[in-house]
Amino acid sequence: MHARADAADTAPNWPDDIFATLQRFDVRQVPYVPDAGHSKLIQRVLASSTMRGIPLTTEEEGVALLAGAWTGGQRGVLLMQSSGVGNCINMLSLIPILRFPFLTLVTMRGEWGEFNPWQVPMGSTTQGVFELSGVQVLRASNAAEVPAVLEAAAAQAYNALTPTAVLLSQRLIGAKVFTK
Amino acid sequence: MSKANLLDRRQVVSTLLANRKDVVAIGGLGASTNDMCAAGDHARNFYLWGGMGGAAMIGLGMALAQPKLPVLVITGDGEMLMGMGSLATIGLQKPSNLSIVVLDNEAYGETGGQTSHTSAAADLVGVARACGIGDARAISTMAEVEAFAKAVHDVSAGPRFANVKIDSASLDRILPVRDGTYIVNRIRGDLGFQPI
Repeated sequence: MHARADAADTAPNWPDDIFATLQRFDVRQVPYVPDAGHSKLIQRVLASSTMRGIPLTTEEEGVALLAGAWTGGQRGVLLMQSSGVGNCINMLSLIPILRFPFLTLVTMRGEWGEFNPWQVPMGSTTQGVFELSGVQVLRASNAAEVPAVLEAAAAQAYNALTPTAVLLSQRLIGAKVFTK
Repeated sequence: MSKANLLDRRQVVSTLLANRKDVVAIGGLGASTNDMCAAGDHARNFYLWGGMGGAAMIGLGMALAQPKLPVLVITGDGEMLMGMGSLATIGLQKPSNLSIVVLDNEAYGETGGQTSHTSAAADLVGVARACGIGDARAISTMAEVEAFAKAVHDVSAGPRFANVKIDSASLDRILPVRDGTYIVNRIRGDLGFQPI
């Protein structure tokens, strides 16, 4: 099992790959609810001069924010963990109705060596919730495939207005380890 | 809560939008979006027919994307209560061009007039102020509405928030367009953006 502490020790580069892709696609607004798996990317966003990191109180705020951003001429991306996907469900209806580019990057819990049973129900239904809501799902399971998956996701979201979620698997980010 | 000085919602909204110039206006789900249409359809009107709780956040996304434009969210007490966390998000970002007006009839008018939390306990002005929105006003006169309508155009002094106590009269429905893609693309076109 990959421990998150180990992943941090080896300083994964895949968040930098994500950041570079978002920058290339001129993403400007980055609403997020924090997750350990997104911490490096959030740091990069908050240090950026072209992107604005926007902490949310709940994930559905981010869906509405991206609708307003696009109407005002800017692209955005929503960062959250799998448990936040359920918080978004009704607000996801804005996406087909308003037809704005929607890209979200979701760090997965409740799979691949999960310790906390409370994460499992929502983690198990994350992909299904997206698909029922009209959001296409792509997945990255290891660091090597992150750049290609992000490129494909951003291209179809921003160029073809295909609502897209990228699931960053717990195998990629490392299962969270609790020690006594 | 005092029941004195209850204002007419249509008069409030038409006053807010009378000299709108370049304002982008977002109408929250419910009677607020109808009030905005009753004041006169406009290319920069963003009518919401769903996404309850999202009006203020759509306003924030727009305000951050267009920092020189005044952005005005007009919504109801029920819609604002559902998105109350967004006041904390806005209080943190402090977009100086964003104004939010809540038309507070202390009830869910669209669903049978059930009383809302503002009728007895919740104080949205207090919530907004406690979330970091320094200019948060409780409005009970048309003179105060007129002053707020002027303030909306100052894009350097927001964010600002106003809670306007209105009467609970159920008015004739004046329905805006409900094609969301048309609404968004009409605003984008007016702002000078091309279709993808």
